[in-house]
Amino acid sequence: MAYAGSDQAGGPGRVPVTIKILIAGGFGVGKTTLVGSLTEIRPLRTEEPLSEPGAAVDRLDGVERKTTTTVALDFGRITIRDNLVIYLFGTPGQERFWFMWDELARGALGAIVMADTRRLADSFASVDYFEQRGIPFVVGVNCFDGARRYRPDSVRSALDLDPEVPIVLCDARQRPSCRDALIALVEHALEVLRDRPEYAAEARTPEPAP
Amino acid sequence: MPSPEDQYLDEAAGPVVRPYALIRGRTRATGQWLDLIAIITAVRGVRPDPSEMGPEHLDVLRMCRLPTSVADIAADLDLPLGVVRILLGDLQEQRLISIHHPIPPARLPDARVLREVVDGLRRL
Repeated sequence: MAYAGSDQAGGPGRVPVTIKILIAGGFGVGKTTLVGSLTEIRPLRTEEPLSEPGAAVDRLDGVERKTTTTVALDFGRITIRDNLVIYLFGTPGQERFWFMWDELARGALGAIVMADTRRLADSFASVDYFEQRGIPFVVGVNCFDGARRYRPDSVRSALDLDPEVPIVLCDARQRPSCRDALIALVEHALEVLRDRPEYAAEARTPEPAP
Repeated sequence: MPSPEDQYLDEAAGPVVRPYALIRGRTRATGQWLDLIAIITAVRGVRPDPSEMGPEHLDVLRMCRLPTSVADIAADLDLPLGVVRILLGDLQEQRLISIHHPIPPARLPDARVLREVVDGLRRL
């Protein structure tokens, strides 16, 4: 019943339920490592018109509409069972690529915001982004070698996180640790969604035909 | 001092490319929004009109004999996402594919699916 209009339910070509999860955080904070620990990474290219970021390309005159730049995203897939698949997308770390985030965030179940305690400020922007859009997220504190270990409470106050946002300590190189961060996110998303007034009503509404 | 566009165009930004000839210079798909995780399935028993099809259209159709996500199509064919969206728009116009949009998270049926995800992840 997941997809209306599917005439293949039960067959080998059955349409899977797909879930999108974002891996965010500052540049070099371990996003790629985390995705790679969970699944095989495949580069996904997107292209954006250069005119998008604004006045910076004015000098190209009439050319700007025809010129695009490609940005590669980390993309991974975890198959839970044949018909249930999680897609992980690493968000571009640099702020100038943020115009792509709305595309990625649309319909996302939630995000893991990776944080490095040596430069927590790099994660502020990601935290803000998901807070403002009401997208459930957890903060994954990447325990780099040599980084001083902080208590989750001090990370929470440094990032000014709401009390309900989970903080998980993780090592992006270790698969079990990354898996636990992902589980923490899905469980958190479950709670957040349950608390939303529209959830109970919408969950019972049949899907409109595509 | 580098000009503003030089600052924008560096290695991380990737190469500057011309719009793709294979989609006849179009840069934006028409029609409905296609999510990265929308699932595309080739409609069985419909023959594509070869005069309307490029090899990339046929590659996409071949991939979608089994339900395949938009992101998987782009990654496997090594084509930029925007190009794939335009190819899919063409195929949809010719009714050669069916599109299943993802369920918004707020509508994942009574949390059962998410429970299943958690259980599945625990087994990883």
